[in-house]
Amino acid sequence: MSAASVIPAVSAPEFVKRRSFIELDARARAQSLMDPGSWRELVGPFDRIESPWLPEQGIAPQSDDGCVVLKGAIAAKPAVVIALEGGFQAGSMGEVSGAKMTAALDLAKKDSENGKKTAAVILLETGGVRLQEANLGLAAIAELIASLLALRQHAPIITVIAGTVGCFGGMSLAAGLSSYIVMTPEARLGLNGAEVIEQESGIEEFDSSDRALIWAIYGGEQRVGMGVADELVMDDAPKVAAAVQRFVKVGLPSQHRSEQVDLYRRRIAALDTSKQIDPLSLSRLWSPNRGAQ
Amino acid sequence: MSGQVGLRGKAWFQAFTGQNSPMKGDPGSILVADAKLGDDYARFLCVVPDPHGRFPCVRSGEVGLEEAYTLAARLREAIERDEKGKKRPIIAIVDVKSQAYGRREGTAAIFLAAAAAADAYASARMKGHPVISLVVGQAISGGFLTHGYQANRILAFDDPGVVIHAMHKEAAARITLRSVQELDRLGHEILPMSYDIQDYAKLGLLHKLLHVENPDTPSPTTVAHVQQELIAAIADARSGSTDLRNRIESEGAREWRKAGRAARARMEEQWALA
Repeated sequence: MSAASVIPAVSAPEFVKRRSFIELDARARAQSLMDPGSWRELVGPFDRIESPWLPEQGIAPQSDDGCVVLKGAIAAKPAVVIALEGGFQAGSMGEVSGAKMTAALDLAKKDSENGKKTAAVILLETGGVRLQEANLGLAAIAELIASLLALRQHAPIITVIAGTVGCFGGMSLAAGLSSYIVMTPEARLGLNGAEVIEQESGIEEFDSSDRALIWAIYGGEQRVGMGVADELVMDDAPKVAAAVQRFVKVGLPSQHRSEQVDLYRRRIAALDTSKQIDPLSLSRLWSPNRGAQ
Repeated sequence: MSGQVGLRGKAWFQAFTGQNSPMKGDPGSILVADAKLGDDYARFLCVVPDPHGRFPCVRSGEVGLEEAYTLAARLREAIERDEKGKKRPIIAIVDVKSQAYGRREGTAAIFLAAAAAADAYASARMKGHPVISLVVGQAISGGFLTHGYQANRILAFDDPGVVIHAMHKEAAARITLRSVQELDRLGHEILPMSYDIQDYAKLGLLHKLLHVENPDTPSPTTVAHVQQELIAAIADARSGSTDLRNRIESEGAREWRKAGRAARARMEEQWALA
């Protein structure tokens, strides 16, 4: 048996040569998506606007509050990229990170209204609300949702979930109302993570030690397969950037997924709820590539 | 505290609308009706417990898949009907425990359902419908994001049974490995962590805190009083902007969201230069 039949000759070197996107921090991820030389970071670490709530609880704050905002261009079109740092407090939304995101989106909307259509790319590695800032975190997410929807009337919102934190909690709504979602197979997307479901509804409802089940339900392949996310890309920085560029060029979809209420209402009504739903069957049923709905 | 989450919501829905059953084709957990409110016909929406619901994790007043999509559908229906006419007020009566914590919901992408409901509420607001949230009981986490938090104006009862929070107390205690007593103590020291509605009111997110007698069993006088407050909030919303800037420009925000406001101001300065 030749070596080539064991290890595919083409994909192996490609896999080895790829530049991992997941291994980049939030800042480097954001930079890798913008046209080189086009961007500038706004309210960065040297502005030192930090969470006032974390030190009160004995937790070290971070000088950018785990949120990186770059203004520049993608595919030569005006864009803002906002990246949450999964390595800081699990990318959770606090008062400051929320205000940075919301303010940047509001400014992108203002520019768009004045004729400079500005797309937003949001990189969501986040567990949702930062529990140490509880009500201000939840309020920040509500305000973020409002600002995303206001901008979305003018320019596309592109969510990228690469991993390894994934996108959970209230921030999954931000993903849900995006124009497009790009995921890697390592990424997960859902409102409640498996641990939360197990804790609230019991291990018989969800055994959170079952990694295969977690990825079967929340993983990028499944979310794209069932049509609730748009593109699956390998963990390769140029490929992620290419996917984002394509969506920036495409612009707004004719209808956003979160507006397709009747379609999804019918789909939910058709589910057999007497037992757990098999992810693969659901994916076949809902697949956008299946033709007729 | 009211005995069961959602029952207080149901009592108020009934008091405002004279209805207590779902619209045709809707699940038993969602009550929607148009009813007279001042000079308007307002659309009232409420999530209530349905012990016979199809989804096992949505039988105690949680917001699940059917709930979120039904809210979205009924909101979009109102938007469409008023496309060319006067925009009817939308009143979300909020008494929701949380989002549904089930595997079925995870599999069938409840995140999208929740986004669809938030989208519909925000769309109504942006189209000029006055959207008012009346928090009569609990407003927790994803439940509130889905049903009520996109309102122009939020009113809440000043009552110990009213809780607005990112996570219900028992779950927060389990996750942060603290006792409920410790969480209460921490809440008194760190304002945004408090479970007390009067503390929440300080953050500047509420339009008004309402004092009501016996909120579990609304009397005609109390109902009339709350209706007047709703009418006033509607008028205020109609005269204001259709975004949520009132929440960050409030007196409470100036006092308690200084860091967030500073971040916003700096972003505005630097955006203009970049």
